[in-house]
Amino acid sequence: MIELRELRKSFGAVRAVDGVSFVARDGEITGLLGPNGAGKTTTLRMLYTLMRPDAGSIHVDGRDAAEEPLAVRRLLGVLPDSRGLYKRLTARENIEYFAALQGLDAAAARARADGLIDTLGMADLAARRTEGFSQGERVKTAIARALVHGPRNVVLDEPTNGLDVMATRSLREFLRRLKGEGRCVLLSTHLMQEVAALCDHIVIIAHGRVVAEGTPDELRAAASESNLEEAFMRFIAAAP
Amino acid sequence: MNPALTVFVKECRESLRDRRVLLNSLLLGPLLGPLLFLVIMRLVVGRELEKAERPLPVVVINAERAPELIASLRQMGLEQKPPIADPELAVREQRIDLALRVSADYGADWRAGQPAQVELIYDSSRREANSDVERLRGMLESYGRRHGALRLLARGLSPAIATPLVIASSDTATPQARGALLFAMLPYMLVLTIFIGGIWLAIDSTAGERERQSLEPLLINPVPRDRILLGKLLATAIFSLASLTLGLLAFLLVGHFMPTEQLGLSLALGPRFFAVALPLLLPLVLLICIAQILIAAFARTVREAQTYLGLAQLVPLIPSIVLSVLPVKAQLWMYAVPLLGQQLAIMRLLRAEPLSAIALALSVAVTTLAAVAVFALTRRVYASERLAIST
Repeated sequence: MIELRELRKSFGAVRAVDGVSFVARDGEITGLLGPNGAGKTTTLRMLYTLMRPDAGSIHVDGRDAAEEPLAVRRLLGVLPDSRGLYKRLTARENIEYFAALQGLDAAAARARADGLIDTLGMADLAARRTEGFSQGERVKTAIARALVHGPRNVVLDEPTNGLDVMATRSLREFLRRLKGEGRCVLLSTHLMQEVAALCDHIVIIAHGRVVAEGTPDELRAAASESNLEEAFMRFIAAAP
Repeated sequence: MNPALTVFVKECRESLRDRRVLLNSLLLGPLLGPLLFLVIMRLVVGRELEKAERPLPVVVINAERAPELIASLRQMGLEQKPPIADPELAVREQRIDLALRVSADYGADWRAGQPAQVELIYDSSRREANSDVERLRGMLESYGRRHGALRLLARGLSPAIATPLVIASSDTATPQARGALLFAMLPYMLVLTIFIGGIWLAIDSTAGERERQSLEPLLINPVPRDRILLGKLLATAIFSLASLTLGLLAFLLVGHFMPTEQLGLSLALGPRFFAVALPLLLPLVLLICIAQILIAAFARTVREAQTYLGLAQLVPLIPSIVLSVLPVKAQLWMYAVPLLGQQLAIMRLLRAEPLSAIALALSVAVTTLAAVAVFALTRRVYASERLAIST
């Protein structure tokens, strides 16, 4: 479970995140929805302790990110905005490198990598160097290395960016599977279809603030719109 | 496995698959210096030797007035050129290097036992002609001395009377010391192999990873950043050390092909040099590698990092130039200055001069401390929030 409370972060005079609070529960997919520049990536970067918040608190499975950043990182599996691979290493070597950094021994790393390679359908990619991988193949590898330690909480920043329909579809299936395993899945996106198709809980964020929150049905009702996209537009426009 | 070791192994594996790194660290870095050296030495030495043996072309004016002198000079290697109208102008206009004019009264003075005059016409500001001038002057002086001695003997006197003072030169430069003068640039070339050996890994450790967008995912792992830095430093240092070791071996090899005997030189490029130079330079490897990583951490792109590090390579030239322009006497404190200390010590090793254990220990200790200090500084840069953010 991920709990953010009153998170704030400024860069100079720009208030990128201005009091964001929400909870992402286990066994649910939570969508952080907002236009570009709304503060989604900065919020997530604070969550996975790459940045320190100016104010506010973050708890993952009850652990405080400010006090125990390494413990929190161990509880998270993160697909960040930048997802560069080591192009002179094979997909498997990329995955096993992160497994070792997560503290897994060689045998456990291999077993976990095998499992993910199987689940994500990358058997024919595993032994290839990642140079020349397609966008979809790169994302699969990046997800595998992010989840190699079997984290309870999964954070994905714009996971379907640049993916084709097929790849998007199989990624969604994979995320539903994570949810089915009782994991807490938090993803950010600017795409309405994404949250509509996937999320149990939606947090709409604009200008660094949470402007609305709820299930897709609740949001449609609150905006008195039958269409989620219209609801989204309404909330964004209403934000100060 | 310790995360620093994990990072080290991965960086090494990746670099060994990079043709650019292999070319730089294991081929270009170590071999460029020695080969350049061999070529330059061969050219320089070849020219010197050629100069000493080849005939000396000289325009001689009024040669007919001193047939005996000219014949004697020709035996010593003079190549007589036909006279020209205005030798002073010809020298000034650099059409000829040097002319010899026999005075009008030469014959009469010679017969009368008076000093007979010959005149050298040259331009002393033209340095490349100076050795020719000196050679001709030497020939003339030896001719003069020989005939002076003959005249004294003809009068029943010992030639020793006319030589009240003898200047005996004894050059205390040992053959090794003279060789080391020619090798003044060798320490810099060794330091350069250290630089080149680690440069790609140092750039890749931050600027490269950031440009390829892999730094952020790496830093999200539950590993303290100083462990990651340590692993990257070790990988950079091992490539740098490989480059240095190969460079030293290449110099040993090249030492055998140096035309040193022809110049009466010998250089102590033996196993002792290798055995002392390697541990002496080891702390410098660490210092240079961590400094390269620090500099590269400030660059936003690989290209920018390359520019900075290219400039940084010129820093070790400073002690080299100072040492060759101002041949200062080595003081103990100089060994405590990183770069300067190592260069001094290498010069002494090349000359087969004794090197005190205190000087060596001082150099190793201070350079190691400097490396630790730069590491601490780099650690702070690594801890900063901005390091990971690529966009």
